[in-house]
Amino acid sequence: MSTAITPTHDHAYQGAHDARDHHDDHGPGNWTRIFTTTNHKDIGSMYLWFSLFMFFVGGSMALLIRAELFQPGLQFVQPEVFNSLTTVHALIMIFGAVMPAFTGFANWLIPMQIGAADMAFPRMNNWSFWLMIPAAILLFASFFVPGGAAASGWTLYPPLSIQGGIGLDMTILAIHILGASSIMGSINIITTLLNMRAPGMTLMKMPMFCWTWLITAYLMIAVMPVLAGAITMLLTDRHFGTSFFNAAGGGDPTMFMHIFWFFGHPEVYILILPAFGIVSQIIPTFARKPLFGYASMVYATASIAMLSFIVWGHHMFTVGMPAAGQLFFMYATMLIAVPTGVKIFNWIATMWRGSLSFETPMLFCIGFLCMFTLGGFSGLVLAIVPVDITLHNTYYVVAHFHYVLFPGAIWGLMAGVYFWLPKFTGRMYNETLGKWHFWLSAISFNITFFPQHFLGLAGMPRRIPDYALQFAEWNMVSSIGAFILGFSQLLFVWNVVSCIRSGEKAKAKQWEGADSLEWTHLPSPVPYHTFEIAPVIK
Amino acid sequence: MQTMIRPALNILTNCALCRLKAAGVFAAMCACMVPNAWAGYDFNIPQPGTPISQQIYGLHMYILFVCAAIFVIVFSLMFYSIFKFRKSKGVKPDVNFHESTLIEIIWTIIPFIILIAMAIPATKTVLDMKDTSNPDITVKVTAYQWGWRYDYSAEDFGFYSNLSTPWSQIGQPGTPATEEKGKDYLLEVDNAMVVPVGKRVRLLVTSNDVIHGWYVPQLGVNQYGIPGFIKDVWFKANEVGTFKGQCSQICGKLHGYMPITVIVKSEADYAKWIEESKVKFGAKPLTASLPASASVEDANKKFTLAEAKEVGIKIYAANCIACHQTTGKGMPGAFPALSGSKVVQGPIDAQINVLLNGRPGTAMVSFARLSDSELAAVITYTKNSWDNNTGKIVQPADVKALRKA
Repeated sequence: MSTAITPTHDHAYQGAHDARDHHDDHGPGNWTRIFTTTNHKDIGSMYLWFSLFMFFVGGSMALLIRAELFQPGLQFVQPEVFNSLTTVHALIMIFGAVMPAFTGFANWLIPMQIGAADMAFPRMNNWSFWLMIPAAILLFASFFVPGGAAASGWTLYPPLSIQGGIGLDMTILAIHILGASSIMGSINIITTLLNMRAPGMTLMKMPMFCWTWLITAYLMIAVMPVLAGAITMLLTDRHFGTSFFNAAGGGDPTMFMHIFWFFGHPEVYILILPAFGIVSQIIPTFARKPLFGYASMVYATASIAMLSFIVWGHHMFTVGMPAAGQLFFMYATMLIAVPTGVKIFNWIATMWRGSLSFETPMLFCIGFLCMFTLGGFSGLVLAIVPVDITLHNTYYVVAHFHYVLFPGAIWGLMAGVYFWLPKFTGRMYNETLGKWHFWLSAISFNITFFPQHFLGLAGMPRRIPDYALQFAEWNMVSSIGAFILGFSQLLFVWNVVSCIRSGEKAKAKQWEGADSLEWTHLPSPVPYHTFEIAPVIK
Repeated sequence: MQTMIRPALNILTNCALCRLKAAGVFAAMCACMVPNAWAGYDFNIPQPGTPISQQIYGLHMYILFVCAAIFVIVFSLMFYSIFKFRKSKGVKPDVNFHESTLIEIIWTIIPFIILIAMAIPATKTVLDMKDTSNPDITVKVTAYQWGWRYDYSAEDFGFYSNLSTPWSQIGQPGTPATEEKGKDYLLEVDNAMVVPVGKRVRLLVTSNDVIHGWYVPQLGVNQYGIPGFIKDVWFKANEVGTFKGQCSQICGKLHGYMPITVIVKSEADYAKWIEESKVKFGAKPLTASLPASASVEDANKKFTLAEAKEVGIKIYAANCIACHQTTGKGMPGAFPALSGSKVVQGPIDAQINVLLNGRPGTAMVSFARLSDSELAAVITYTKNSWDNNTGKIVQPADVKALRKA
């Protein structure tokens, strides 16, 4: 990106106020503010804390799963509880941790990066956050109702999902509410990005984070209603005598899979595209050189989003679809490698002939590049129909999507937190601790998930609480890695909390190479209200 | 810890052997491929057993090597940048190097060409896999919660195939396994599917309740069984042997406990097996849990309490124990207790109806597939075990009467 930014006044921070100027005219300064606030920074922070909490809840479930899988035999949980754990772990990580965390960043950053005072619909913004709380409560509570939490895998395939107890209905309701929250958030983001840019901030001058979110928000609006439709049909099949997915009544269980994955595949890009945006801002900053091929990055992101609508069948190669269907979905899926490759090459070309330094955010981005690419390659392996058939529903698939989601989505988020924390709080995190967090995560992540490729190739199915003896060794290795990985994340919480409480004062432009508006036009910490008068961008 | 050290020792021994034989890298590679050399540390697709799984194996290796090569090339550029263009070395950034249409076109086209090179052999294999024409034998595979049924319709028999690993090897949370885990732990079944070597075997896969996956990696087959629909796949085993697999699609509580065993026999042995099976499984199929003496169904059989309980406990162990538990106490909230249950202690007919029809909307499926005497025995067992002392005996005729109704 080569945005030239010229403040309209000599005063570099025009449009910004000191936080104290406005402290009292925003309702009560006490705890009720968390319910009434319409400020994008407050809501952004609430989203981020919520997702951090959910990350640890989902992570604890993962550790229970890994504890059970440490050895063959049943040691800690009953098989149906194990199934509930894998199901709810996925739902919490997707809908409770990763998506809200991205929305949190969107809330904080989008108005600041485009020179707007707030989001377009501040009250709806408050509502989209608060909807998530009852949804989360429903998900937790479902563990304690008769029959337990949903245990059908997060894909909720009928007829298995027809069998569950009331926990499954609570899950359906929770997903409905979370979907409504996501749709509102997306409408807010699109409206903000299209209508509230500062004079001179053309679309092609927006920072990549804004671009990736614009595209992600459209994906969400397109697919969340599809998911809502699928789970509503599930609900009526369960309770109101319909037979959408019941062959005995003229329905088809396969239809659920088609509808679910028409949502599900764009969903996985919803989980990764904003991380692409974060990485696309951090790498140029620490390479001290503009992002390579800004325009092609925008087009590549848009092509990935569009292709995501025509590849859903690759999740279903084993349902017995005709050869023509398998070939179409295989070719379409392989095509995604092209724009994804372009992005990887662009990031590396950004580093090429730069002037690199390796602070924590940059380390996480480099980790992201290597590990996400590995996940991309295993994705390519899985796109090949015959190979997929031998690996479908095995641990290879588990390894694949954890490689794209943990170092992809989660490390993208971690990098973003370390990168913007000085801006959000006005204080610096502890660099040494940050590096420890990175290296411990990077090593233990690979100890956890690399052996799962071997387990999958050897034929170990996913979502089983117990396994044959030939899988014992790698499972033990994987479980050891998982515990190190899980506990390393506590360093992150410690670092964030001690940064907020007692970090060193950060500079307005903490990173030498940063060039988006929040770094060039606003002090650290950013005041409660920013850009009430829009800056002019040339 | 020993399990961790053993493979390491094996590697060292193998390496030493290689030097002795002066066979160099090639032998080292072979050593890695020899089964057992790495003990439990398998890290590739198991030895292919059919022409299709051979192709799959080859495709996977091909794509793996291409990806590995790309990874090495692309990331050596990145690591070169990391070491060469460091601020700490005083490097100044070349801020003008941020666009090049030519480079962008090149790195769009090259991956595209590589993808075509991958797609061509993959397409060929897909077409081979989908060609289910001209089968030599056809077997219908029906999945149910939680086991398999194989029907050899042309030969007029069929049988159920269930996990044969005892729960005493598996254990329960809080109660460790009382028996050592066997070699084929969780991969062993009572009645294996049997096919002839070198013949095209066509499977018609379906399901009785929820979606399951019939997955035997070495045969190159992984096919969902979908209730209400029949899907077909095929395989042709190269050699005589035993192939193991598992259900691949989550199907409820005991998803992890429904293994598959396929035994490939020579044509003569296969013919012999067919003849034996016609006797064993013909007419009315029985579960293997019954002793051989009980395998002939006798409608006029009159059980004594002791007889019925003796047969019943075996049927209970094969079909009921996973949910209702050895103690008959079930799992509160998920699976109701039989011990002290009003239904079990109540009238005979009500309980027979539950077993024949299941309880729609719960995990209690219909057990109508069991024979009249099997059902009579298991119901009698539940009525006279744990806290239940009804003294009632259910006779096969009672079941038969309600089955017809």
